[in-house]
Amino acid sequence: MGGGVLGGAWDWLADGANWSGESGVWHRLAEHVYVSGLALALACAVALPVGLWLGHLGRGGALAVNISNVGRAVPVFAVLALFMVSPLRNAGYVPTVVALVLFAVPPLLTNAYVGLREVDRSVVEAARGMGMSGGQLFRRVELPLAWPLVMTGLRSAAVQVVATATIAAMVGQGGLGRIITAGFNTYNTPQVVAGALLVALLALLVEGVLVAADRLLSPLRPASLRTEQS
Amino acid sequence: MAGRSSCLVANDWFCWEYVTSRSQELTDATLQHVWITAVSVVIGVLVSVPLALLARRGRRWAGPVLALTTLLYTIPSLAMFSLLLPVFGLSAAVVVTGLVLYSLTILVRNVMAGLDAVPDDVKEAARGMGYGPLRMLWQVELPLALPALLAGIRIATVSTVALTTVGAIVGKGGLGNLIAPAVTSSFKAQVLTASVLCVLLALVADVALLAVQRLLTPWTRAAKGA
Repeated sequence: MGGGVLGGAWDWLADGANWSGESGVWHRLAEHVYVSGLALALACAVALPVGLWLGHLGRGGALAVNISNVGRAVPVFAVLALFMVSPLRNAGYVPTVVALVLFAVPPLLTNAYVGLREVDRSVVEAARGMGMSGGQLFRRVELPLAWPLVMTGLRSAAVQVVATATIAAMVGQGGLGRIITAGFNTYNTPQVVAGALLVALLALLVEGVLVAADRLLSPLRPASLRTEQS
Repeated sequence: MAGRSSCLVANDWFCWEYVTSRSQELTDATLQHVWITAVSVVIGVLVSVPLALLARRGRRWAGPVLALTTLLYTIPSLAMFSLLLPVFGLSAAVVVTGLVLYSLTILVRNVMAGLDAVPDDVKEAARGMGYGPLRMLWQVELPLALPALLAGIRIATVSTVALTTVGAIVGKGGLGNLIAPAVTSSFKAQVLTASVLCVLLALVADVALLAVQRLLTPWTRAAKGA
Protein backbone atom coordinates (compact mmCIF):
# COMPACT_ATOMS: atom_id res chain seq x y z
CA MET A 1 0.00 0.00 0.00
CA GLY A 2 1.05 3.63 0.40
CA GLY A 3 2.34 6.03 -2.22
CA GLY A 4 3.12 3.37 -4.82
CA VAL A 5 -0.42 2.05 -4.99
CA LEU A 6 -1.98 5.51 -4.89
CA GLY A 7 0.44 6.66 -7.59
CA GLY A 8 -0.54 3.66 -9.67
CA ALA A 9 -4.21 4.48 -9.20
CA TRP A 10 -3.53 8.06 -10.29
CA ASP A 11 -1.73 6.82 -13.42
CA TRP A 12 -4.66 4.53 -14.15
CA LEU A 13 -7.12 7.42 -13.79
CA ALA A 14 -4.91 9.74 -15.88
CA ASP A 15 -4.94 7.30 -18.80
CA GLY A 16 -7.69 8.48 -21.15
CA ALA A 17 -8.10 4.98 -22.58
CA ASN A 18 -9.55 3.81 -19.25
CA TRP A 19 -12.36 6.37 -19.49
CA SER A 20 -13.85 5.42 -22.84
CA GLY A 21 -15.76 2.42 -24.09
CA GLU A 22 -18.38 0.20 -22.51
CA SER A 23 -16.22 -0.76 -19.55
CA GLY A 24 -14.68 2.72 -19.30
CA VAL A 25 -15.12 5.07 -16.35
CA TRP A 26 -17.65 7.38 -18.05
CA HIS A 27 -20.03 4.58 -18.96
CA ARG A 28 -19.71 2.87 -15.54
CA LEU A 29 -20.17 6.20 -13.77
CA ALA A 30 -23.30 6.93 -15.82
CA GLU A 31 -24.68 3.47 -14.96
CA HIS A 32 -23.87 4.00 -11.29
CA VAL A 33 -25.52 7.43 -11.12
CA TYR A 34 -28.56 6.24 -13.08
CA VAL A 35 -29.10 3.13 -10.98
CA SER A 36 -28.57 4.80 -7.57
CA GLY A 37 -30.49 7.94 -8.51
CA LEU A 38 -33.49 6.00 -9.77
CA ALA A 39 -33.44 3.66 -6.76
CA LEU A 40 -33.22 6.57 -4.31
CA ALA A 41 -36.05 8.47 -6.03
CA LEU A 42 -38.30 5.40 -6.00
CA ALA A 43 -37.42 4.60 -2.39
CA CYS A 44 -38.24 8.19 -1.34
CA ALA A 45 -41.52 8.08 -3.27
CA VAL A 46 -42.53 4.99 -1.30
CA ALA A 47 -40.96 5.52 2.11
CA LEU A 48 -41.38 9.24 2.84
CA PRO A 49 -45.18 9.49 2.36
CA VAL A 50 -45.77 6.29 4.34
CA GLY A 51 -43.34 7.20 7.13
CA LEU A 52 -44.60 10.78 7.44
CA TRP A 53 -48.23 9.66 7.29
CA LEU A 54 -47.74 7.03 10.01
CA GLY A 55 -45.85 9.60 12.09
CA HIS A 56 -48.67 12.12 11.65
CA LEU A 57 -51.26 9.56 12.71
CA GLY A 58 -49.02 8.28 15.50
CA ARG A 59 -49.84 4.73 14.46
CA GLY A 60 -47.84 1.77 13.24
CA GLY A 61 -44.85 2.80 15.36
CA ALA A 62 -43.69 -0.76 15.97
CA LEU A 63 -43.82 -1.49 12.23
CA ALA A 64 -42.05 1.75 11.29
CA VAL A 65 -39.24 1.21 13.79
CA ASN A 66 -38.80 -2.54 13.31
CA ILE A 67 -38.80 -2.46 9.53
CA SER A 68 -35.32 -0.93 9.51
CA ASN A 69 -34.05 -3.65 11.86
CA VAL A 70 -35.39 -6.33 9.54
CA GLY A 71 -34.01 -4.47 6.52
CA ARG A 72 -30.55 -4.43 8.06
CA ALA A 73 -30.59 -8.23 8.36
CA VAL A 74 -31.16 -8.80 4.64
CA PRO A 75 -27.90 -8.82 2.64
CA VAL A 76 -28.12 -6.81 -0.60
CA PHE A 77 -25.80 -9.35 -2.21
CA ALA A 78 -28.25 -12.18 -1.45
CA VAL A 79 -31.22 -10.18 -2.77
CA LEU A 80 -29.30 -9.38 -5.98
CA ALA A 81 -28.28 -13.02 -6.32
CA LEU A 82 -31.91 -14.14 -5.97
CA PHE A 83 -32.98 -11.68 -8.69
CA MET A 84 -30.16 -12.85 -10.95
CA VAL A 85 -31.27 -16.48 -10.89
CA SER A 86 -34.89 -15.45 -11.59
CA PRO A 87 -36.31 -14.25 -14.93
CA LEU A 88 -35.52 -10.68 -13.78
CA ARG A 89 -31.89 -11.21 -14.84
CA ASN A 90 -32.84 -10.36 -18.43
CA ALA A 91 -34.45 -7.07 -17.41
CA GLY A 92 -31.43 -4.77 -17.70
CA TYR A 93 -30.78 -2.68 -14.59
CA VAL A 94 -34.04 -3.74 -12.91
CA PRO A 95 -32.45 -6.24 -10.47
CA THR A 96 -30.01 -3.63 -9.10
CA VAL A 97 -32.63 -0.89 -8.89
CA VAL A 98 -35.17 -3.09 -7.09
CA ALA A 99 -32.54 -4.46 -4.68
CA LEU A 100 -31.40 -0.91 -3.84
CA VAL A 101 -34.99 0.28 -3.36
CA LEU A 102 -35.59 -2.59 -0.91
CA PHE A 103 -32.33 -1.62 0.81
CA ALA A 104 -33.16 2.11 1.08
CA VAL A 105 -36.86 2.04 1.99
CA PRO A 106 -36.56 0.73 5.60
CA PRO A 107 -34.14 3.37 6.97
CA LEU A 108 -35.93 6.19 5.09
CA LEU A 109 -39.31 5.12 6.44
CA THR A 110 -38.06 4.75 10.01
CA ASN A 111 -36.32 8.13 9.88
CA ALA A 112 -39.37 9.91 8.51
CA TYR A 113 -41.56 8.33 11.17
CA VAL A 114 -39.16 9.07 14.04
CA GLY A 115 -38.59 12.60 12.72
CA LEU A 116 -42.28 13.36 12.84
CA ARG A 117 -42.80 11.71 16.24
CA GLU A 118 -39.89 13.65 17.75
CA VAL A 119 -41.72 16.91 17.14
CA ASP A 120 -42.48 18.46 20.52
CA ARG A 121 -45.96 17.23 21.52
CA SER A 122 -46.75 20.49 23.32
CA VAL A 123 -46.20 22.42 20.07
CA VAL A 124 -48.54 20.03 18.27
CA GLU A 125 -51.15 20.41 21.03
CA ALA A 126 -50.85 24.20 20.86
CA ALA A 127 -51.36 24.13 17.07
CA ARG A 128 -54.42 21.93 17.54
CA GLY A 129 -55.71 24.34 20.18
CA MET A 130 -55.34 27.19 17.66
CA GLY A 131 -57.79 25.29 15.48
CA MET A 132 -55.43 23.90 12.87
CA SER A 133 -56.79 21.01 10.84
CA GLY A 134 -54.81 17.78 10.44
CA GLY A 135 -53.49 18.90 7.04
CA GLN A 136 -52.47 22.36 8.28
CA LEU A 137 -50.82 20.87 11.34
CA PHE A 138 -48.84 18.51 9.12
CA ARG A 139 -47.76 21.13 6.58
CA ARG A 140 -47.09 24.10 8.85
CA VAL A 141 -45.89 22.53 12.10
CA GLU A 142 -44.88 18.89 11.91
CA LEU A 143 -43.11 18.83 8.54
CA PRO A 144 -40.94 21.95 9.10
CA LEU A 145 -39.92 20.74 12.55
CA ALA A 146 -39.22 17.18 11.35
CA TRP A 147 -37.33 18.46 8.28
CA PRO A 148 -33.75 18.28 9.69
CA LEU A 149 -34.11 14.66 10.81
CA VAL A 150 -35.81 13.60 7.58
CA MET A 151 -33.03 15.23 5.57
CA THR A 152 -30.34 13.57 7.70
CA GLY A 153 -31.99 10.22 7.00
CA LEU A 154 -32.17 11.01 3.30
CA ARG A 155 -28.48 11.95 3.20
CA SER A 156 -27.27 8.79 4.89
CA ALA A 157 -29.58 6.68 2.70
CA ALA A 158 -28.21 8.37 -0.44
CA VAL A 159 -24.59 7.78 0.58
CA GLN A 160 -25.36 4.17 1.47
CA VAL A 161 -27.16 3.56 -1.83
CA VAL A 162 -24.22 4.94 -3.83
CA ALA A 163 -21.76 2.80 -1.85
CA THR A 164 -23.94 -0.33 -2.00
CA ALA A 165 -24.60 -0.07 -5.75
CA THR A 166 -21.03 -1.37 -6.22
CA ILE A 167 -22.14 -4.81 -4.99
CA ALA A 168 -24.13 -5.14 -8.24
CA ALA A 169 -20.80 -5.89 -9.93
CA MET A 170 -20.52 -9.15 -7.96
CA VAL A 171 -23.44 -10.56 -9.95
CA GLY A 172 -22.33 -9.02 -13.25
CA GLN A 173 -24.56 -5.93 -13.20
CA GLY A 174 -23.23 -2.51 -14.24
CA GLY A 175 -21.87 0.42 -12.25
CA LEU A 176 -18.51 1.55 -10.87
CA GLY A 177 -18.16 -1.74 -9.00
CA ARG A 178 -17.31 -3.35 -12.33
CA ILE A 179 -14.06 -1.36 -12.43
CA ILE A 180 -13.17 -2.89 -9.05
CA THR A 181 -14.12 -6.47 -9.97
CA ALA A 182 -12.41 -6.20 -13.36
CA GLY A 183 -9.22 -5.00 -11.66
CA PHE A 184 -9.60 -7.70 -9.04
CA ASN A 185 -9.89 -10.47 -11.63
CA THR A 186 -6.77 -9.30 -13.50
CA TYR A 187 -4.72 -8.68 -10.30
CA ASN A 188 -4.60 -5.00 -11.26
CA THR A 189 -4.40 -3.34 -7.83
CA PRO A 190 -4.09 0.25 -9.16
CA GLN A 191 -7.37 -0.26 -11.02
CA VAL A 192 -9.06 -1.60 -7.85
CA VAL A 193 -7.85 1.43 -5.86
CA ALA A 194 -8.96 3.78 -8.66
CA GLY A 195 -12.44 2.19 -8.67
CA ALA A 196 -12.71 2.44 -4.88
CA LEU A 197 -11.62 6.09 -4.98
CA LEU A 198 -14.21 6.88 -7.66
CA VAL A 199 -17.05 5.38 -5.62
CA ALA A 200 -15.94 7.07 -2.40
CA LEU A 201 -15.65 10.43 -4.25
CA LEU A 202 -19.11 9.98 -5.76
CA ALA A 203 -20.55 9.20 -2.31
CA LEU A 204 -18.91 12.30 -0.82
CA LEU A 205 -20.11 14.42 -3.75
CA VAL A 206 -23.69 13.21 -3.23
CA GLU A 207 -23.41 14.01 0.48
CA GLY A 208 -22.09 17.50 -0.34
CA VAL A 209 -24.83 18.21 -2.89
CA LEU A 210 -27.52 17.11 -0.43
CA VAL A 211 -26.06 19.23 2.38
CA ALA A 212 -26.09 22.23 0.02
CA ALA A 213 -29.66 21.45 -1.13
CA ASP A 214 -30.73 21.18 2.50
CA ARG A 215 -29.18 24.58 3.35
CA LEU A 216 -30.90 26.16 0.34
CA LEU A 217 -34.29 24.65 1.03
CA SER A 218 -34.69 24.42 4.77
CA PRO A 219 -34.21 28.10 5.80
CA LEU A 220 -37.38 28.93 3.86
CA ARG A 221 -39.47 26.72 6.04
CA PRO A 222 -38.63 28.08 9.49
CA ALA A 223 -38.92 31.62 8.01
CA SER A 224 -42.38 30.95 6.66
CA LEU A 225 -43.29 29.41 10.00
CA ARG A 226 -42.09 32.53 11.82
CA THR A 227 -44.06 34.92 9.63
CA GLU A 228 -47.19 32.88 10.04
CA GLN A 229 -46.82 32.85 13.79
CA SER A 230 -46.27 36.59 14.23
CA MET B 1 -33.91 -37.75 -14.42
CA ALA B 2 -36.88 -39.17 -12.59
CA GLY B 3 -37.10 -40.02 -8.94
CA ARG B 4 -35.72 -38.35 -5.86
CA SER B 5 -33.11 -36.08 -7.37
CA SER B 6 -35.64 -34.45 -9.66
CA CYS B 7 -35.77 -31.15 -7.79
CA LEU B 8 -32.00 -30.74 -8.23
CA VAL B 9 -32.27 -31.60 -11.91
CA ALA B 10 -35.28 -29.36 -12.42
CA ASN B 11 -33.41 -26.53 -10.64
CA ASP B 12 -36.33 -25.77 -8.30
CA TRP B 13 -36.22 -22.88 -5.81
CA PHE B 14 -37.05 -25.16 -2.89
CA CYS B 15 -35.16 -28.42 -2.80
CA TRP B 16 -34.88 -30.45 0.36
CA GLU B 17 -32.68 -32.87 -1.55
CA TYR B 18 -30.16 -30.05 -1.85
CA VAL B 19 -30.21 -29.35 1.89
CA THR B 20 -29.65 -33.01 2.82
CA SER B 21 -27.05 -33.80 0.18
CA ARG B 22 -24.98 -30.65 0.82
CA SER B 23 -25.52 -30.44 4.58
CA GLN B 24 -21.76 -30.58 5.24
CA GLU B 25 -21.08 -27.69 2.84
CA LEU B 26 -23.92 -25.66 4.36
CA THR B 27 -22.72 -26.32 7.92
CA ASP B 28 -19.13 -25.32 7.07
CA ALA B 29 -20.28 -22.10 5.39
CA THR B 30 -22.58 -21.23 8.31
CA LEU B 31 -19.80 -21.86 10.84
CA GLN B 32 -17.40 -19.66 8.86
CA HIS B 33 -20.09 -16.99 8.72
CA VAL B 34 -20.62 -17.17 12.49
CA TRP B 35 -16.96 -16.99 13.47
CA ILE B 36 -16.09 -14.20 11.03
CA THR B 37 -19.02 -12.16 12.38
CA ALA B 38 -18.25 -12.95 16.03
CA VAL B 39 -14.52 -12.16 15.78
CA SER B 40 -15.25 -8.92 13.89
CA VAL B 41 -17.79 -7.65 16.43
CA VAL B 42 -15.60 -8.58 19.43
CA ILE B 43 -12.58 -6.77 17.96
CA GLY B 44 -14.89 -3.90 16.99
CA VAL B 45 -16.00 -3.51 20.61
CA LEU B 46 -12.42 -3.73 21.91
CA VAL B 47 -11.33 -0.98 19.49
CA SER B 48 -14.38 1.26 19.84
CA VAL B 49 -14.29 1.67 23.63
CA PRO B 50 -10.80 3.28 23.70
CA LEU B 51 -11.72 5.36 20.62
CA ALA B 52 -14.88 6.61 22.35
CA LEU B 53 -12.87 7.42 25.48
CA LEU B 54 -10.36 9.31 23.34
CA ALA B 55 -13.16 11.20 21.58
CA ARG B 56 -14.52 12.23 24.98
CA ARG B 57 -11.29 13.92 25.97
CA GLY B 58 -12.38 17.00 24.06
CA ARG B 59 -13.45 18.47 20.76
CA ARG B 60 -9.92 18.21 19.40
CA TRP B 61 -10.26 14.42 19.38
CA ALA B 62 -14.02 14.00 18.94
CA GLY B 63 -14.09 15.68 15.50
CA PRO B 64 -11.44 13.49 13.82
CA VAL B 65 -12.64 10.25 15.47
CA LEU B 66 -16.25 10.77 14.38
CA ALA B 67 -15.27 12.02 10.92
CA LEU B 68 -12.97 9.05 10.37
CA THR B 69 -15.51 6.42 11.47
CA THR B 70 -18.20 8.07 9.31
CA LEU B 71 -15.88 8.27 6.30
CA LEU B 72 -15.06 4.55 6.64
CA TYR B 73 -18.75 3.76 6.21
CA THR B 74 -18.87 5.44 2.79
CA ILE B 75 -16.19 3.09 1.43
CA PRO B 76 -18.08 0.35 -0.43
CA SER B 77 -17.57 -3.08 1.11
CA LEU B 78 -16.44 -4.49 -2.22
CA ALA B 79 -13.74 -1.82 -2.47
CA MET B 80 -12.75 -2.22 1.17
CA PHE B 81 -12.15 -5.96 0.84
CA SER B 82 -10.33 -5.51 -2.48
CA LEU B 83 -8.11 -2.80 -1.00
CA LEU B 84 -7.22 -4.85 2.07
CA LEU B 85 -6.30 -7.83 -0.09
CA PRO B 86 -2.72 -6.68 -0.87
CA VAL B 87 -2.17 -6.08 2.86
CA PHE B 88 -3.27 -9.46 4.19
CA GLY B 89 -3.33 -11.73 1.12
CA LEU B 90 -6.17 -14.19 0.55
CA SER B 91 -7.18 -14.73 4.17
CA ALA B 92 -10.10 -14.17 6.49
CA ALA B 93 -8.15 -11.26 8.02
CA VAL B 94 -9.16 -9.18 4.98
CA VAL B 95 -12.86 -9.64 5.69
CA VAL B 96 -12.52 -9.36 9.48
CA THR B 97 -10.55 -6.10 9.22
CA GLY B 98 -13.10 -4.60 6.85
CA LEU B 99 -16.01 -5.63 9.06
CA VAL B 100 -14.28 -4.26 12.18
CA LEU B 101 -13.82 -0.89 10.44
CA TYR B 102 -17.52 -0.79 9.47
CA SER B 103 -18.69 -1.77 12.96
CA LEU B 104 -16.77 1.19 14.44
CA THR B 105 -19.24 3.67 12.92
CA ILE B 106 -22.09 2.28 15.00
CA LEU B 107 -20.16 1.17 18.09
CA VAL B 108 -18.13 4.36 18.73
CA ARG B 109 -21.29 6.47 18.53
CA ASN B 110 -23.20 4.22 20.88
CA VAL B 111 -20.41 4.01 23.46
CA MET B 112 -20.13 7.81 23.40
CA ALA B 113 -23.89 8.23 23.74
CA GLY B 114 -23.87 5.76 26.64
CA LEU B 115 -21.03 7.53 28.45
CA ASP B 116 -22.61 10.93 27.87
CA ALA B 117 -25.85 9.70 29.41
CA VAL B 118 -24.20 8.93 32.77
CA PRO B 119 -25.73 11.51 35.15
CA ASP B 120 -23.32 14.12 36.48
CA ASP B 121 -24.51 13.75 40.07
CA VAL B 122 -23.67 10.02 39.97
CA LYS B 123 -20.12 10.86 38.85
CA GLU B 124 -19.95 13.61 41.46
CA ALA B 125 -21.03 11.17 44.17
CA ALA B 126 -18.45 8.60 43.03
CA ARG B 127 -15.75 11.28 43.05
CA GLY B 128 -16.84 12.29 46.55
CA MET B 129 -16.48 8.66 47.65
CA GLY B 130 -12.85 8.82 46.52
CA TYR B 131 -13.11 7.00 43.17
CA GLY B 132 -10.16 7.64 40.86
CA PRO B 133 -10.65 8.05 37.10
CA LEU B 134 -9.95 4.37 36.30
CA ARG B 135 -12.16 2.95 39.03
CA MET B 136 -14.87 5.44 38.10
CA LEU B 137 -14.71 4.30 34.46
CA TRP B 138 -14.74 0.61 35.30
CA GLN B 139 -17.26 0.58 38.16
CA VAL B 140 -19.53 3.53 37.41
CA GLU B 141 -19.40 4.82 33.84
CA LEU B 142 -19.05 1.61 31.81
CA PRO B 143 -21.80 -0.28 33.69
CA LEU B 144 -24.16 2.68 33.23
CA ALA B 145 -23.21 2.90 29.53
CA LEU B 146 -23.88 -0.82 29.10
CA PRO B 147 -27.45 -0.54 27.71
CA ALA B 148 -26.32 1.82 24.92
CA LEU B 149 -23.24 -0.34 24.22
CA LEU B 150 -25.34 -3.52 24.00
CA ALA B 151 -27.88 -1.80 21.73
CA GLY B 152 -24.95 -0.81 19.48
CA ILE B 153 -23.57 -4.36 19.51
CA ARG B 154 -26.97 -5.69 18.39
CA ILE B 155 -27.17 -3.30 15.43
CA ALA B 156 -23.51 -3.89 14.51
CA THR B 157 -23.91 -7.68 14.69
CA VAL B 158 -26.97 -7.77 12.45
CA SER B 159 -25.32 -5.54 9.81
CA THR B 160 -22.09 -7.51 10.07
CA VAL B 161 -23.90 -10.81 9.40
CA ALA B 162 -25.34 -9.27 6.22
CA LEU B 163 -22.03 -7.67 5.14
CA THR B 164 -20.02 -10.86 5.65
CA THR B 165 -21.59 -12.25 2.44
CA VAL B 166 -19.62 -9.69 0.39
CA GLY B 167 -16.44 -11.38 1.66
CA ALA B 168 -17.17 -13.95 -1.05
CA ILE B 169 -15.07 -11.71 -3.33
CA VAL B 170 -11.98 -13.05 -1.51
CA GLY B 171 -13.53 -16.47 -0.88
CA LYS B 172 -14.12 -15.79 2.83
CA GLY B 173 -17.76 -14.78 2.88
CA GLY B 174 -19.33 -17.64 4.86
CA LEU B 175 -22.69 -18.29 3.24
CA GLY B 176 -21.79 -15.74 0.56
CA ASN B 177 -19.26 -18.28 -0.73
CA LEU B 178 -22.20 -20.52 -1.67
CA ILE B 179 -24.21 -17.66 -3.22
CA ALA B 180 -21.51 -16.29 -5.57
CA PRO B 181 -20.83 -19.44 -7.65
CA ALA B 182 -24.54 -20.38 -7.61
CA VAL B 183 -25.38 -17.11 -9.41
CA THR B 184 -22.95 -17.98 -12.20
CA SER B 185 -24.44 -21.46 -12.60
CA SER B 186 -28.05 -20.30 -11.92
CA PHE B 187 -28.41 -22.83 -9.10
CA LYS B 188 -31.67 -21.53 -7.56
CA ALA B 189 -31.88 -23.86 -4.55
CA GLN B 190 -28.37 -22.96 -3.41
CA VAL B 191 -28.92 -19.18 -3.72
CA LEU B 192 -32.24 -19.34 -1.86
CA THR B 193 -31.09 -21.72 0.90
CA ALA B 194 -27.90 -19.74 1.61
CA SER B 195 -29.80 -16.43 1.58
CA VAL B 196 -32.50 -17.70 3.94
CA LEU B 197 -29.85 -19.14 6.30
CA CYS B 198 -28.09 -15.78 6.29
CA VAL B 199 -31.23 -13.85 7.27
CA LEU B 200 -32.07 -16.50 9.91
CA LEU B 201 -28.55 -16.16 11.31
CA ALA B 202 -29.01 -12.39 11.68
CA LEU B 203 -32.39 -12.80 13.38
CA VAL B 204 -31.11 -15.51 15.76
CA ALA B 205 -28.13 -13.28 16.66
CA ASP B 206 -30.50 -10.36 17.27
CA VAL B 207 -32.77 -12.36 19.58
CA ALA B 208 -29.81 -13.92 21.43
CA LEU B 209 -28.25 -10.50 22.02
CA LEU B 210 -31.61 -9.13 23.19
CA ALA B 211 -31.68 -11.92 25.79
CA VAL B 212 -28.11 -11.05 26.87
CA GLN B 213 -29.12 -7.39 27.09
CA ARG B 214 -32.07 -8.24 29.37
CA LEU B 215 -29.90 -10.50 31.55
CA LEU B 216 -27.07 -7.99 31.95
CA THR B 217 -29.17 -4.86 32.40
CA PRO B 218 -32.30 -5.90 34.32
CA TRP B 219 -32.67 -2.33 35.67
CA THR B 220 -33.57 -0.89 32.24
CA ARG B 221 -36.74 -3.01 32.15
CA ALA B 222 -37.65 -2.19 35.75
CA ALA B 223 -37.26 1.52 35.00
CA LYS B 224 -39.52 1.24 31.97
CA GLY B 225 -42.18 -0.61 33.96
CA ALA B 226 -42.21 2.01 36.71
